[in-house]
Amino acid sequence: MDQTVLDWQPDHRDQSAPVLRVGKVSRRFGGVTALDDISFTLGAGQVLGIIGRSGAGKSTLIRCLNGLERPDAGRIEIEGRDVTNLSERGWQKERQRIGMIFQHFNLLSTRTVIQNVALPLKLAGVAKAERLARATALLDLVGLADKAHAYPAHLSGGQKQRVGIARALASDPALLLCDEATSALDPETTLSILALLRRINEEMGLTIVLITHEMNVARRIADRVLVLADGRVAEEGPVREVLMAPRAEETRQLLAAASLGFEDAGRPVREVPHGHFA
Amino acid sequence: MAISLDDLLTALWQTLEMVGVSSVIAALLGLPLALVMVATSRRGIAPQGAINMALSAVVNAIRSVPFIILLVALIPVTRLIAGTSIGTEAAIVPLTIAATPYFARIVEVSLREVDGGLIEAVRAMGGSRLAVMREVLIPEALPGLIAGFVVTLVTMIGASAMAGVVGAGGLGDLAIRYGYDEFDTGVIIVVVAVLIALVAGVQFLGDRLVVRVDHR
Repeated sequence: MDQTVLDWQPDHRDQSAPVLRVGKVSRRFGGVTALDDISFTLGAGQVLGIIGRSGAGKSTLIRCLNGLERPDAGRIEIEGRDVTNLSERGWQKERQRIGMIFQHFNLLSTRTVIQNVALPLKLAGVAKAERLARATALLDLVGLADKAHAYPAHLSGGQKQRVGIARALASDPALLLCDEATSALDPETTLSILALLRRINEEMGLTIVLITHEMNVARRIADRVLVLADGRVAEEGPVREVLMAPRAEETRQLLAAASLGFEDAGRPVREVPHGHFA
Repeated sequence: MAISLDDLLTALWQTLEMVGVSSVIAALLGLPLALVMVATSRRGIAPQGAINMALSAVVNAIRSVPFIILLVALIPVTRLIAGTSIGTEAAIVPLTIAATPYFARIVEVSLREVDGGLIEAVRAMGGSRLAVMREVLIPEALPGLIAGFVVTLVTMIGASAMAGVVGAGGLGDLAIRYGYDEFDTGVIIVVVAVLIALVAGVQFLGDRLVVRVDHR
């Protein structure tokens, strides 16, 4: 088995207080079942990787967690509060405690970096001086203090995602949702973004839900993985168990795709000529 | 030539007043109208099919009527609003009614082109629908809004030429009455030159402003 599987050994997790509890959630679009009877629980400070190919229901599921999508059936609790039937206004309040980052970063092009980071605080009614101070501290955290007054158009993909992360952290969330957050990035930048997320998870104890179609992303950062196939949970468990002893056919296929992708990335170890790095 | 510099300046001022006032009012009415049309559309942030269809029908209807017909047909409305149906001020009413749906459609197109991901991002951070409009739709579409306003201004400069029918004066009226009707080619050339300079100036300033606010 791949050594990287063993890299990540969480030992400080508190499983007693679930930040997220999802029970029997289903969602249909017309005749299509996007989510079918999804249940899982996520403890404080844990990182959950939701893996599946496109169309498996990942996006619908993560959008149910911040009310951008409403389940037809089932129950969702965040920090013990039942949010299943919240009104739009109730969700607006709730979303201030849930950060989200996106595949395409979704930064406002007309705002500078610091204005982008401060926006959630502006929406929450925080005074200007206070929100700029907090945004400055967050830019420092993600290593972009020198780009505070640049516009997003002048940043690289990795820098944009760092801004996205700083923005997601602005209102001190209990939960961070990552929607294919590294899928638009090159492999090296992907690693640095995952390392940043892991650092934030460790230092701030932030609970993270991350959806991805890449097994390699999940194995880098997740404590637990949930494999989605056709809107159902194919398999769920601690990352090491699932990756080392996959029970579901879907998991095996995703693992196979991941190892192929790794070889396609241009570093097939056995083909490196001897003495190449000498 | 049958006109003095004074006549020309008076006509220029009348055109600027008609077009300026009607376009500014049209912008103030057209922007909210466009926001409501985009928000209530099927994939908008507040889908309301009936409202959307009704607004769209009204906008289409006004835009279908040739301006010269609208100008005459609206005389009773003009009298009600402006107190008179004759003169420069009176022409502002039909010009505004023509310009509002025109500008609203242009704005609608710009607003629709705003990346849906940005709307989702602001909703995901707890933004209300109003916040989405204020923080995302308007600022992100601003270059398009300004460009659309310039197009509206230029179109209204053209439309204002017909306002002579209700005695509103203006550059177009000057060219028709002293140039076309009296066979004075000199007047036509001078007026057209002034109009070209006016349109070029408006376009130049608009383009400069667009570059300034566009950070994409």
